[in-house]
Amino acid sequence: MEHGSYKDQSASTFSLADEDHTLANALRFTLNQDPRVSVCGYSIPHPSEARVNIRVQTTGDPAKEVLKDSCQDLMMICQHVRSTFDQAVADFKNTNGSESE
Amino acid sequence: MPKVPLWDLPELPGNQLPLHLQLQKTRVSCNKDAPTNTENVTYSGAYAAMGVDNSLRLDEFRKNFKVKVIKLNEEDMEFDLIGIDASIANAFRRILISELPTMAIEKVLVANSSSVVQDEVLAHRLGLVPIKVDPRLFEYMSENDVPNEKNSIVFKLDVKCERKSGERRTVYSHDLEWLPSGSNYMLPTESSSDPSSKPKTYTSFTSSQDSLPEFSNNPITVTPGIIISKLAPGQEIELEAHAVKGIGKTHAKWSPVATAWYRMLPEVVLLQDIEDDDAQKLVNKCPVNVFDIEDMGKGVKRATVARPRACTLCRECIREPGWENKVALRRVKDHFIFTIESTGALPPEVLFTEAVKILEDKCESVITELS
Repeated sequence: MEHGSYKDQSASTFSLADEDHTLANALRFTLNQDPRVSVCGYSIPHPSEARVNIRVQTTGDPAKEVLKDSCQDLMMICQHVRSTFDQAVADFKNTNGSESE
Repeated sequence: MPKVPLWDLPELPGNQLPLHLQLQKTRVSCNKDAPTNTENVTYSGAYAAMGVDNSLRLDEFRKNFKVKVIKLNEEDMEFDLIGIDASIANAFRRILISELPTMAIEKVLVANSSSVVQDEVLAHRLGLVPIKVDPRLFEYMSENDVPNEKNSIVFKLDVKCERKSGERRTVYSHDLEWLPSGSNYMLPTESSSDPSSKPKTYTSFTSSQDSLPEFSNNPITVTPGIIISKLAPGQEIELEAHAVKGIGKTHAKWSPVATAWYRMLPEVVLLQDIEDDDAQKLVNKCPVNVFDIEDMGKGVKRATVARPRACTLCRECIREPGWENKVALRRVKDHFIFTIESTGALPPEVLFTEAVKILEDKCESVITELS
């Protein structure tokens, strides 16, 4: 859910249900790393409500698009982590397989 | 760190920070009193005034990111994640602990229990027994679902301590017996109902689970050897335990890891040569033997940092006055020594890849929600 204004789309708050620090903190990192972002941050308004608010203010681009790009970046990072990890595990099993058996 | 005037700093090629800022950005300094530079500088324009770009470029990340597996067996795994931010490493850790599904006993139907362990305590203990089965083969059971072969696993526990044995009997987790065709207990029905209709049990399995290819030669077991209760002569326990799929956020019994944690790589730097008596003193100070003595010839002995990974940052080596100028203890901010201890449902390397996939799914759902 997005809370923002029609006149100025460069600043918005996104309210994500059923998410917590896991996603919000990782997204804050990728958002901060985007040069189009001037300010961003997140908060969990109440600990017993599974909801996180992510604030994004940009230098002009629509905040929604910037957040989507950040999600995309995080996904690409994850994919790279996964492939590198799988490769490292396969290499480890190849070199150490004979010793452990 | 001694103060250096700006104009005395060495010229550096473009897009590189001066050394002292590089140090602040990439290392946590563990000083005698407290650690400093603990924060991560994530803002892309943090060093814009110096003409240094701090933004994340994926090709740069791909070039620098490394994974090194240190230890791997069926239960534990230790590996290094190098070149990633703490926020993402922490996301993986949080997902491993609380958002990866497993199967765990959720309902216990007690037919008879004369042991001293109360039924609710017994049920709680059963719930915590790890079940060795791949949760990806099962579906979640929502509130209105009937238990079937796709969302439930049924175990039977039927143990008795014979009166004539005269000895106490220990009930172990491996006394749980898998019932592949579901519950044996009948649902209470009204006597007036049609007597020809088949009596219903607590589960409605359409087929036996051991007819499925995944389980035909591979019966579902639990981690053996966990003490569930103790029975005195004459006491018995007869019950059925129904396991369903869930996540650690709901209850820790569904957590697939005993624990998952990371620590930043310790870095121990000798700021000056430490020789002879001081070298021996330094070696003796360290409780985890980080330092070694190197023979430099001509009777000169010099301390070296041999095992920095073992350092627990207890700071004993810099506690005495003056030593802080000789030894620097630091932590590398983007190098994580990640450890996963699996409970047995899935091997640890599979758990990690599943955790990464879950973070990807989260991103994807945000993108679809916003589109």
